[in-house]
Amino acid sequence: MDNGAGMPLDSRVFEAMKPYFFEDYGNPSSSHSFGNSARNAIAASREKVAQLVAAEKPQEVIFTSGGTESNNLAIKGVAYRNREKGNHIITTAIEHISVINICKFLQKQGFEVSYVPVDKQGVVDLEKLEAAINDRTILISVMYANGEIGTIQPIREIGKVAHENQVYFHVDAVAAAGKVPINVKEENIDLLSISSNDMYGPKGVGALYIKKGTKVQPIIQGGGQERGLRSGTENIPGIVGMGKAAEIAKRKMEAEGKRLTRLRNKLIKGVLDKIDYSFLNGHPTERLPSNANLRFSYIEGESLILGLDMYGVQVSSGSACTSKTLEPSHVLLAIGLAHEEAHGSLVFTMGKQNSEEDVDYVLEVLPDVVKRLRALSPLTPKEIVR
Amino acid sequence: MYSEKVMEHFMHPRNVGEIPDADGVGTVGNPVCGDLMTMYIKVKDDKLADIKFKTFGCGAAIATSSMTTELATGKTLEEAMKITRADVAKNLGGLPPIKMHCSNLAADALHEAIKDYKKKKESKK
Repeated sequence: MDNGAGMPLDSRVFEAMKPYFFEDYGNPSSSHSFGNSARNAIAASREKVAQLVAAEKPQEVIFTSGGTESNNLAIKGVAYRNREKGNHIITTAIEHISVINICKFLQKQGFEVSYVPVDKQGVVDLEKLEAAINDRTILISVMYANGEIGTIQPIREIGKVAHENQVYFHVDAVAAAGKVPINVKEENIDLLSISSNDMYGPKGVGALYIKKGTKVQPIIQGGGQERGLRSGTENIPGIVGMGKAAEIAKRKMEAEGKRLTRLRNKLIKGVLDKIDYSFLNGHPTERLPSNANLRFSYIEGESLILGLDMYGVQVSSGSACTSKTLEPSHVLLAIGLAHEEAHGSLVFTMGKQNSEEDVDYVLEVLPDVVKRLRALSPLTPKEIVR
Repeated sequence: MYSEKVMEHFMHPRNVGEIPDADGVGTVGNPVCGDLMTMYIKVKDDKLADIKFKTFGCGAAIATSSMTTELATGKTLEEAMKITRADVAKNLGGLPPIKMHCSNLAADALHEAIKDYKKKKESKK
């Protein structure tokens, strides 16, 4: 249950991609028929990705190398292109590390960035966000949903606030696209980042929706592909794969969303019922259907991961001990958890390969793993070691 | 990521628990950092007759605690003071570099327990 770290490629996606490695290997910039075929394939994929997020025109979708590049193009592109208007960017304390590091990079170049706090359930404080807007603000960047704690943001309302103040609104939807319905027009979104491999598509490809008329400066210069916004020969098999993944995600979204929500709720309720001193991180209802982030007092996340791994269950953690920096997750700290609470959190990210039996199995083995580690821990109060 | 030996000690840690009438107790680490361990020792004829531990932390923290108790039991206090973090890691078949410092505190906890024992003995004189 660690789909947050990487998802398997859908076999139908792979089948769709295959011809574009050996048979249709044309360059879309060529004038001959091979080039034509590649051009058509890109156009069809663009259409499918546009439909996934309800974009008005397929031309509003630009293919990139993935979610990180999409975030770079959106944030740097808007910042550089609109600098004469202002140098202030607003984002949140729980963004993906790519957004945070792009903002830090821009701060070094003289941009000012406000990091708006979130509440205990991970929801952006709308009042503080609005209060942070000044006459130099050019961009608000907020994630659609957080892949770690699952919380879905009030995107439409944030977009409304942005537009009332003539500020561009970028949404990092990498964790949400293909899982929950997104409508860029109704939700007042100007730029939206999507990644292919977070919806069973291939790695190394993503997209950025850019609403018509939005002023963005390219960050990669070259041969002028993708309307000059993203130069470089197109990754045709990747783009075709992403299109197929988007098509399947859109078709399956409602049924799969319902199924995963039911499994998620069963997992959360089961854990909270069976294990004392366990808590849910993130919002109880406004959360990704696939995500359950659970916290266990007195024990540490990496040992929980190892303990579950022994039973064949793979999960991830907000614990420092699983990161390269040895710092606990900035997201868990931002929702107000103490360091030791953040250390004891587990992220379950379910996907299409997970069934109700998997949830039952976790509910069967997890209490024992927790019990064993609590018996080892000097923090566990005596009365709860039984 | 971890050696088989680390996983074996993580799954089946030796000498877990507390000694209510311990001769010495040593605690190192901090839950804020993600690792906290306490060692309890019983001393007989200047030797470590019994060692028990409790650890909050990652797999490496638990395995090094267990290994330290195994290495030190039966040793003289002087010998036990010479057990280093490197000895513990070596006997576990190595640790990932990032874990060498933060989660390899068990030898320190043992040394603290021995110092605590010596201090208590001094004050009784």
